[in-house]
Amino acid sequence: MSLLGNLSLDAIPFHEPIIMITLAVVGLAGIAIAVAITVYRKWGVLWRDWLTSVDHKRLGVMYIVLALIMLIRGFSDAIMMRTQLALATNGAEGYLPPEHYDQIFTAHGVIMIMFMAMPFMIGLMNIALPLQIGARDVAFPFLNNLSFWLSAGGAVLINLSLGLGEFAKTGWLAYPPLSELSFSPGVGVDYYIWALQISGIGTLLTGVNFLVTVFKMRAPGMKLMQMPIFTWTCTWANILIVASFPILTAVLGLLTLDRYLNFHFFTNAAGGNAMMYINLFWAWGHPEVYILILPAFGIFSEVISTFTGKRLFGYNSMVWASGAISILGFIVWLHHFFTMGSSANVNAFFGIMTMIIAVPTGVKLFNWLFTMYRGRLRMTVPVLWTLGFMVTFTIGGMTGVLLAVPGADYVLHNSLFLIAHFHNTIIGGAVFGYLAGFAYWFPKAMGFHLNERLGKASFWCWQVGFYVAFMPLYVLGFLGMTRRLNHTDNPDWNIWLYIACAGAVIILVGIVLQFVQLYIAFRQREQNPDTTGDPWNGHTLEWSTASPPQFYNFAELPRVRDIDAFTDMKEQGIAYQRPASYAPIHMPKNTPSGILIAGAITTFGFAAIWHIGWLAVAGLVASVVFFLLRAYSNDVDYYVQPNEIERTESAYLKQVGVAPLKQEPEEVPA
Amino acid sequence: MNTMTEAAYLADKTNWQADDHAHHDTGDNTIFGFWIYLMTDCLLFASVFATYAVLFMNTAGGVSGRDIFELDYVAIETAALLLSSITYGFAMIGAHKQNRATTLGWLLVTFALGAVFIGMEVNEFHHLIAEGNGPSRSAFLSSFFALVGMHGLHVTAGLIWMAVMMLEVVKRGLGNQTVTRLSCLSLFWHFLDIVWVCVFSVVYLMGVL
Repeated sequence: MSLLGNLSLDAIPFHEPIIMITLAVVGLAGIAIAVAITVYRKWGVLWRDWLTSVDHKRLGVMYIVLALIMLIRGFSDAIMMRTQLALATNGAEGYLPPEHYDQIFTAHGVIMIMFMAMPFMIGLMNIALPLQIGARDVAFPFLNNLSFWLSAGGAVLINLSLGLGEFAKTGWLAYPPLSELSFSPGVGVDYYIWALQISGIGTLLTGVNFLVTVFKMRAPGMKLMQMPIFTWTCTWANILIVASFPILTAVLGLLTLDRYLNFHFFTNAAGGNAMMYINLFWAWGHPEVYILILPAFGIFSEVISTFTGKRLFGYNSMVWASGAISILGFIVWLHHFFTMGSSANVNAFFGIMTMIIAVPTGVKLFNWLFTMYRGRLRMTVPVLWTLGFMVTFTIGGMTGVLLAVPGADYVLHNSLFLIAHFHNTIIGGAVFGYLAGFAYWFPKAMGFHLNERLGKASFWCWQVGFYVAFMPLYVLGFLGMTRRLNHTDNPDWNIWLYIACAGAVIILVGIVLQFVQLYIAFRQREQNPDTTGDPWNGHTLEWSTASPPQFYNFAELPRVRDIDAFTDMKEQGIAYQRPASYAPIHMPKNTPSGILIAGAITTFGFAAIWHIGWLAVAGLVASVVFFLLRAYSNDVDYYVQPNEIERTESAYLKQVGVAPLKQEPEEVPA
Repeated sequence: MNTMTEAAYLADKTNWQADDHAHHDTGDNTIFGFWIYLMTDCLLFASVFATYAVLFMNTAGGVSGRDIFELDYVAIETAALLLSSITYGFAMIGAHKQNRATTLGWLLVTFALGAVFIGMEVNEFHHLIAEGNGPSRSAFLSSFFALVGMHGLHVTAGLIWMAVMMLEVVKRGLGNQTVTRLSCLSLFWHFLDIVWVCVFSVVYLMGVL
């Protein structure tokens, strides 16, 4: 065994021009960014104020940056697949050889679910949730930073696989026995295992962290049934996270033992049972899709309520519908493999349970409709995403009910109909939701507005592009085309494959417009500031802070009497009120420990992938050492002094245009 | 200063500095958070238990539980671990009474009992592997080694944590933060005991039936 384990120069795919060009572009972009940071002298700021930050708002922004970067990567995979399939018709080979194509569809799935959607959702939750419940931070700020870096570590590993070795060719589920050593001897599946394992642990810790935050750190007076609806849906999602991610940890661990230590859990030989993997995987995987969609439902609820200027219709039913979805989400996993050969009764049970989920989802849809009813809907970007969602997701939900019929599933299983269905729900549901939340909370998080026109243009591209790209896949499913085909030779399919490719290009324009929008907003940030902190006339407590919020969130913890706490305050005339005095605020200090621990664990993962024994041991030991150093550091917190709070609050209140306060006649603004 | 008088402010300031690391009662949150983590750990074990339940009959022509489990041996192992739960309880009583010597003494006894448990388990594993009944032999043995080994790894982590905590008690005494950490380890240790009761029943007792 050499010093570098199985790693050698052969691992770099010099013979693959597509990959080498990609690497060159990524390398040049990286160098350009590094040079820019150096020229503008931003390394210090980046390190002190962002990378080591334990502030939930900044971590939220970093999560979303991670999600957007991975969106580019994941979408590149998508458009490569669509163009390949549009070119490789009538028996043509296209430009992606099968062994490369297989890696692309695997990476696309893993990246979009685990490294785009999850960080996007967790990022929005980080930004909004603690503010919504009137807390100064999450329960464990340092753990929050560590969670982020574990997610980022997983993302680093999956991106390394592009230029060093290969990625799994198994599909994003990595079903055995294909993912076992005998059929996948390369490092691809190992990259898959360690990227998911490390980021999964980060997600699990986030779930624990936010549950404690919600149950222990709500503002005085806020009952559970007064939490904002987004906080509630995130809470259900966090319950799902802590209840399902351990199963993923376990199943990946068992696959690891099979691959590394010659165990026989899922192998063909020695009594292994591959279906055990598939069952366990979906016992995590199905709750996972609700982890993605529930917070999106919460965002739509906030958006609809805010922009109609009305209280959300059916708050209680919304909370309990989310709860019902969460629980039902755990007893439907078998519908992913009706074709396994369970008895008809078993299939019937899971089919019926699956159909029942449509009921609470329908309750939600009607709640949104009734909230809009006789309201005065302002057609902003978040509202467009929400309306687009309501139509699109309903279609996706109905095709889901269709797939839930075991008999129909036998025909449609693993066909493009399935692909169309889950993209219909994940794009039309989760992604539209995150983009709505992105537009909704952007001014809050950044302190300036996005460009409304570009935002709307982006929405329309996504919306139209989605239908053009995915409706043909439903047709192709009915025509018998299965998923993961590298090339086809059925002339009946061609036209639909061409249309789908055109749809992907329209979505590409939508994505580009999102980035252009971001760029222009950033360029014109001076011209479009959000000075009020409440650009939409919001209902909940996050809008009672400055934009971006003061680093301590609330100078004084708000007292809550109502679901729409901030509306209540505005109506009572007690919003923007200055307390008689400011008490010192206890705050955690920024720390490099998270980045160090996660870096060590990621190093361990990398070493495990390439069987570099000494480096694996070093990574593990280093992570424990860094953890202990953190545990025994006394320099972890400080107090913000009242005079600093006074200055910050005065500046903010002056900006809002609040007159000097009555209860403090002696206070005259300078 | 438009708010408090200077004196009131200073009095307040000493107040909130005096309680050092106990401020904004993070202890409660920490224990609650750790408890939630333990529930996730419980699900981790549940998944592996389920796997064991599915695979334990798949012996692939090799040995089954009846052939390899020695109940007498495992009973001693079990006794050591169950006893260590009680002794950890005594350590916690000492900690709450702020008695450093008692706490350390019982932690040491707990550590020793835990080490006996791990030593015996490693010995059992060694025997099995030496006799050709390692985890690669069959799906049954794979799931047996994974389930029992995962519990063993947890106990080992607990032992390392306990060693660190003993050092902490020696160096720092029994401050709020230390007692919170001892409470978390206490939860962890008792939890592993409960898991072991399940392992003993499901794997060993049902295995020899």
